[in-house]
Amino acid sequence: MAVYRNLSIRQKQVVWAWGFLALPIVFYCVIRFYPTLNAIILSFQSWNLLGPREWVGFDNYVKLWHDPVFWKAFRNTFVYLILGTPISLVLSFLIAYQLDKTRLLHGTLRALYFLPFLTSTVAMAWVWRWFYQPVPIGLFNNFLASMGFAQVDFLNSTTNALPSILLPAIWAGLGFQIIIFMAGLRAIPTSYYEAARIDGVSSWTIMSEITLPLLKPTIVFLVVFSSIGFLRIFDQVFNMTTNNPGGPLDSTKPLVLMIYQTAFSSFDMGYAAAQTVVLFGILLVVSLVQLRVLKEKP
Amino acid sequence: MSEVKASANSLMQARVAKGPRDPWAVLRWTLLAMGAIVMVMPIIYMLSASIKYPFEMYDLNIIPKEPTFENYTYVLSDGRFLRWFGNSFLIATLTTISAVFFDALVGYALCKFQFRGRTFVFIAILSTLMIPTEMLVIPWYLMSKTFGWLDSYWGIMFPGVMTAFGTFLMKQFFETVPDDFLEAARIDGLNEFQIWWSVALPLVTPALSALAIFVFLGNWTAFLWPLIVTNSQDLYTLPVGLTTFSVEQAVEWELIMTGAALATIPTLIVFLLFQRYIIRGVAMAGLKG
Repeated sequence: MAVYRNLSIRQKQVVWAWGFLALPIVFYCVIRFYPTLNAIILSFQSWNLLGPREWVGFDNYVKLWHDPVFWKAFRNTFVYLILGTPISLVLSFLIAYQLDKTRLLHGTLRALYFLPFLTSTVAMAWVWRWFYQPVPIGLFNNFLASMGFAQVDFLNSTTNALPSILLPAIWAGLGFQIIIFMAGLRAIPTSYYEAARIDGVSSWTIMSEITLPLLKPTIVFLVVFSSIGFLRIFDQVFNMTTNNPGGPLDSTKPLVLMIYQTAFSSFDMGYAAAQTVVLFGILLVVSLVQLRVLKEKP
Repeated sequence: MSEVKASANSLMQARVAKGPRDPWAVLRWTLLAMGAIVMVMPIIYMLSASIKYPFEMYDLNIIPKEPTFENYTYVLSDGRFLRWFGNSFLIATLTTISAVFFDALVGYALCKFQFRGRTFVFIAILSTLMIPTEMLVIPWYLMSKTFGWLDSYWGIMFPGVMTAFGTFLMKQFFETVPDDFLEAARIDGLNEFQIWWSVALPLVTPALSALAIFVFLGNWTAFLWPLIVTNSQDLYTLPVGLTTFSVEQAVEWELIMTGAALATIPTLIVFLLFQRYIIRGVAMAGLKG
């Protein structure tokens, strides 16, 4: 105590700073950095949870390269991304842009658009799964039938199942993106628009010269954020295909589901760890490429 | 910084239209209203199905001819849902308290204290944002196995008791707290912890509540990790329980919808009560991300 009292104010602050940080530093080392390292190490080993961990070099990665299921999952993951991100961003921008201009029941409309964001993914996956059932159960097919249209096979078809699972994922994320876009739109000073109007600039020019460029930080954030979300899709797929996870015929299986099955159904821990390292690499590369491309544009 | 707050706050008022009257206003409003109805339709149909008897379950009408609460009594009768509900509530609450406390503590230390290694610690914590949870679940599972954390509340909670996102968010918001306030408190003889707790924290309450909303919601709906770490039904969280329950019911969709409704109604009520704060909080946290 006497030692502490003799310290200068600056030195006391240093003591307090490390006092504040002590427990968190332990946490980040033990719960974040050590497991990351462990996952990387494990990806070079073979282990079924019971026997000893054996070094196998790059075997897991080689096996992955020759695994058709992996390439299927890889392709699916990117289909979720390539369809999901643009569709949800364009939709949410259009809605936010128009909603920003309306006054009648503004708050209510905004709340309705935002509501799905607060629902539990698992609960909603089952709701949509019900909608997608064939006649006489599923809502969509009953509706089509009542209009005299042919039935659509949503979840049991290898071509329709992935978009059918993607739709609720887009739906659930839209509200968040709309709110962020609206906040971004509000941050643009109205004087810019007034000046443009006085100059008689067309509304298309206002959009491309004022709104979109000034909205760029928001767009960059949402592109990266929603891409990471789609690349990590799991809850919806798992719950909408529980009888045959990732099916039919692996046509909806994303990487995270493959990782889950490899680790916790087949207990092939090393192989699963290698898949997580690949997922990490994909997330890193996609984010960096997006940041590079979006930030460079004039 | 204050711009973010201002623009998040400005969401609360509709922008007053200036200039000439917009001829497209009626069409725009109609389309937006239709879109909004489509957005909430799945939730409406879920609620509607949960109060229907099987005989009209698959009709397209929203308001049942004979509404019933029998589905709810049935689903709640074996007590499992209440148990899962309690588990989720307890876990989400404790995790939120812990994350908000520690993230604010770390954010403050990294923002207001001068010491060697500050930037390094900040970058190190921030870099963990790049690591996906999926990469960590296998090592976490092994760790839980070793320490006997499988099938326990602590096992479900431990990965989330601090968040890098929250730390970053709080650091940003503490930048807005003037150093003079802290200096004045120092002269008054408060120690650094007291200054943080009673001077700095009250000045960033909007940020604290924004973070709390995010952490709570994230934990309330978390699925992958609770699915992995729990084994016995007594420790399931609501999403994991709902999956198990729905798989059991298989074809009794009105019961599955009732379960889904039970998992959704609490967040709907909270949202309706605190709508303005939640939307502002989400905008604020999102804009800082």
